[in-house]
Amino acid sequence: MIRRLVRFVDQRSGGAPLLRKTLRYLFPDHWSFLLGEVALYAFVVLVATGTYLALFYDASPSKVVYHGPYAPLQGQEMTHAYRSVLDLSTTVKAGLLIRQTHHWAADVFLAAIVLHMLRIFFTGAYRKPRELTYWIGLSILGLALLEGYLGYSLVDDLLSGMGLAIGYGVLVSVPFVGANLAALIWDGPFPGKHDFFSRMYIAHVFLLPALIAVLLSVHLALVALKHHTQFRSQPRQTERKIVGVPTFPGQTPRSLGLFLSVAGVLFLLGGLAQINPIWLWGPYHTYVSTNGAQPDWYLGWLIGALRLVPGWDFTIGHYTVVPNPFWGGAAFPLVCFGFAFSWPLLERRFTGDYGYHNVLDRPRDAPGRTAIGVAVFTWISLVFLAGASDRAQVLLDLSYIGQIWFYRVIVWVGPIVAGLIAYRVCIELQRGEQVERERKRAEAAARGAA
Amino acid sequence: MRLRLGLLLALATVVFATSAPAAPPPVQQGKHLYGEYCVACHGANGSGITQAGNRIGAGPGRSQTQQPGVAPSLRGVGALAPDFYLRTGYMPLAHAGLQPRRSRVLFSDEQIRALIAYVASLGKGPPIPTPHPAHGNVSRGQALFTDHCAGCHQIVGEGGYVTDAVPPPLEDATATQIAEAVRIGPYVMPRFSPRQISNGDLDSIIAYVEYAKHPDDRGGWALGHLGPVPEGLVTWFIAAIVLIAVCVLIGKSLRDEAG
Amino acid sequence: MKRARPKDWLIAGAVLLLRRDRRPPRLKPGEREPVVPAGEPRPRAELLALFLLGAGTLCAVAFIAVYAIDRIPRQTQFLGLSLGLSLLFVAAALIVTAKRLVVTEEIEDEYPLDEHPDEQETVLAAVEDSASRLTRRRLFKLGLAGAGGALFAAFVTPVASLGPVLDMRRFYDTPWRRGKRLVDEHGRPYRADQIEEKTFYTAFAEGSDKEQLGSSLVVVRLPKDDLRLPPENSGFDADGIVAYSKICTHAGCAIALYRVPLFPPAEPKPALVCPCHYSTFDPSDGGSVTFGPAGRKLPMLPIYADSRGQLRARGNFDEPVGPSWWGVRMKRPT
Repeated sequence: MIRRLVRFVDQRSGGAPLLRKTLRYLFPDHWSFLLGEVALYAFVVLVATGTYLALFYDASPSKVVYHGPYAPLQGQEMTHAYRSVLDLSTTVKAGLLIRQTHHWAADVFLAAIVLHMLRIFFTGAYRKPRELTYWIGLSILGLALLEGYLGYSLVDDLLSGMGLAIGYGVLVSVPFVGANLAALIWDGPFPGKHDFFSRMYIAHVFLLPALIAVLLSVHLALVALKHHTQFRSQPRQTERKIVGVPTFPGQTPRSLGLFLSVAGVLFLLGGLAQINPIWLWGPYHTYVSTNGAQPDWYLGWLIGALRLVPGWDFTIGHYTVVPNPFWGGAAFPLVCFGFAFSWPLLERRFTGDYGYHNVLDRPRDAPGRTAIGVAVFTWISLVFLAGASDRAQVLLDLSYIGQIWFYRVIVWVGPIVAGLIAYRVCIELQRGEQVERERKRAEAAARGAA
Repeated sequence: MRLRLGLLLALATVVFATSAPAAPPPVQQGKHLYGEYCVACHGANGSGITQAGNRIGAGPGRSQTQQPGVAPSLRGVGALAPDFYLRTGYMPLAHAGLQPRRSRVLFSDEQIRALIAYVASLGKGPPIPTPHPAHGNVSRGQALFTDHCAGCHQIVGEGGYVTDAVPPPLEDATATQIAEAVRIGPYVMPRFSPRQISNGDLDSIIAYVEYAKHPDDRGGWALGHLGPVPEGLVTWFIAAIVLIAVCVLIGKSLRDEAG
Repeated sequence: MKRARPKDWLIAGAVLLLRRDRRPPRLKPGEREPVVPAGEPRPRAELLALFLLGAGTLCAVAFIAVYAIDRIPRQTQFLGLSLGLSLLFVAAALIVTAKRLVVTEEIEDEYPLDEHPDEQETVLAAVEDSASRLTRRRLFKLGLAGAGGALFAAFVTPVASLGPVLDMRRFYDTPWRRGKRLVDEHGRPYRADQIEEKTFYTAFAEGSDKEQLGSSLVVVRLPKDDLRLPPENSGFDADGIVAYSKICTHAGCAIALYRVPLFPPAEPKPALVCPCHYSTFDPSDGGSVTFGPAGRKLPMLPIYADSRGQLRARGNFDEPVGPSWWGVRMKRPT
């Protein structure tokens, strides 16, 4: 029966050669190469669950008075948008499961991208000829950050509403044109007009997913066309010779198994671990707020940055050239992304290495790159930690103001120290291997002589 | 006749002497306790000390080093305030200059009642409130709590931070203590009078706080009701670790091959 | 012939499902080269995989059952558990298959060429040859680029209809006018004698949209002796009652925290604090920033009590409300 199917497809599309190539395409085998797939499968879960949610969501900011089964909000005024998500969470069967799975999938999607990106960086996989793949991947990361932010802001609960206000505050702080851009997006100043939710909705369910899907396809196509990189774990693996497991039969059950594992973990979390209980937060109003409001984890680096920057607007006369939120909310992430984008070019310039690379470095084999990567990652992580210092005060009785000052110093000192340590560790590991190799050679020579 | 009168008198004296109060009246006992624990900061007769004068000595329930004591006047605070501060352990303050927080309750119930009686006797003031959260409406409470309390105490009462102070979590607060705190405005908390928040509204707020101690957690493990921070921890320390483990299981590691 | 009984169908089905294949593979060995190398059978692994598949099936069916039953407590948890476990069981079956049942080949192949100079040359040649009839190549290219760019600009232009991108007037707009009453969330006007010390009130411009950033106020009463308003804010208070915008000038959250000491000699001064990044404003001196990342003071609304004791605005804020932008210090609010 499979014979008949294959024949049918080949006769009508000429696809047998492509099918053969695909089936026998090689996957070099290392567990860290699967991190990108984890992200991909999380994206699939996102699209599937998201489609279901979109069938229930009402993107309308018109107000309605709630009369429903959730007593603590009975009789309160809220938007239709919030109401539709509240209903989905309380009255639609399996609605809360799908909603929570979708939200966990978003958190895991971004975590997987970050892990994947770290693997790419620390093994030098972004080098020629794969810079394009790398830049596309970074773009997907940026789009995913925005997509997640818009997704949880659609709900219009107190927490995400405050987050939207802050996003607006950061946007208007962009020098010269920030407020104009915000006026465009919100149709005037915050909270905007009736159509703002429609814009967020279309961006979140159509524009951004389509863009991500296209970029993802190009990303995967480029990986396939140039073939996957590999570690030199066997002598026969070289810049020219790739050794790996073919798509079929070897890799297929692995990948399928990984896909179902990702889906399984996400659905388990979706049912067992509560995420974003919007009925507890209540609806958003511009004139209320709650203590302890935080963005989702992948934007935590920004809240840390916003809290650490000392309070001053940079003005020249009447012109507010750089309002305060710009530094933490926009400049900081731009610098990080700028570094990431320009790194392949910078590294080429510094090392003078303009060659093609299909073989990966282990982190210890490139101490400079590893040290700089560790330093930048430490920088971002420390800023990220600073964002939780108010909860650290509540939980651990550490002075908030003291922590802010501590972090203001440590975010500059810490990366330097971490980078230096990483460098030394790489050098020492390399030297250890060298000693080992020489010992083995000496022993072999001694045995030969004997 | 005189003998009988004398015997009667002697008997009365004996009875009177032996039935001298086994325990002093509460106000009196309270005054003794006040003198032991409170006078160094709150001053004689609850007059309050606003200028740090003589350093107070070390004492029971207090830090064992000398420190300057200042504290507000207790005249006219009635029974409401001492009931709150003593039953929560806010007072006695272990160390001058600290924010009063829920901590060890130093006194027995009898001693607390004595202290309350004494402080209430210092001037006319509000009695211990008797809230009725069952008469309140949880939804109205949610709205009032959001408007007046959530900014400091967090939307479900998990506590928070305000510059230089820590609004505490509310999970241990009893209905009476909530009512008292709202009317006192302890430390840097605002003070909401019945004119601003009526007793009926207060009942609703208490009903909401009671709800918030065990809110609707239909989504599963509540993660402390704090939102994205613990969610991020679960993402990295549960989901990411499990999925990395699956990757390691499926794939190879360099050591498998390097041999 | 006897009609088959249900028991017979059951037996036949079980035999069909559970028997092992004893037929040899389709082509005899030696007729062709195996593309995938053969491997030894592993019955224990097979059984394990089958068992896992069965468990996955059961869990998936359980999901449907849990969904169908209406009054199950903790339904979300059971739904997630059943679906998640089903997926994980099947995943486990696949992983067992991958590691023990499928022959894991390690094949060597060539990386594709770094580049294809010949094809590149052909492409370049085709492009160059095609321009044989053009004499003004540079002008032509310029013309095409210009037209393309202009068309692109034309297509992008309607984006400007999304909002008043060039008209910033609404950013200065607030609903406050001279004489406008301060009302609470339900529209009831505030009276001056209603405003007590050591607490805070949220007020709005009467008749305005409460969600508008310029509408909401935080109102507190300070002892007159504690007020130290600067000259530009003198007279802004109504006998000790001061009113500020409730929207933080840092990033736009609502300033819902009022820190006010019960016992001023030992406790921090009154302050209006924002819960997002803890920008702290002093209500006694016109709203200056005493801590936190806000770069601009809190806008203050001048108020007074009218003849009936109701609080009204004397005019507009002294500064525009909300997060700072390029022009926030250029004009007063309108």
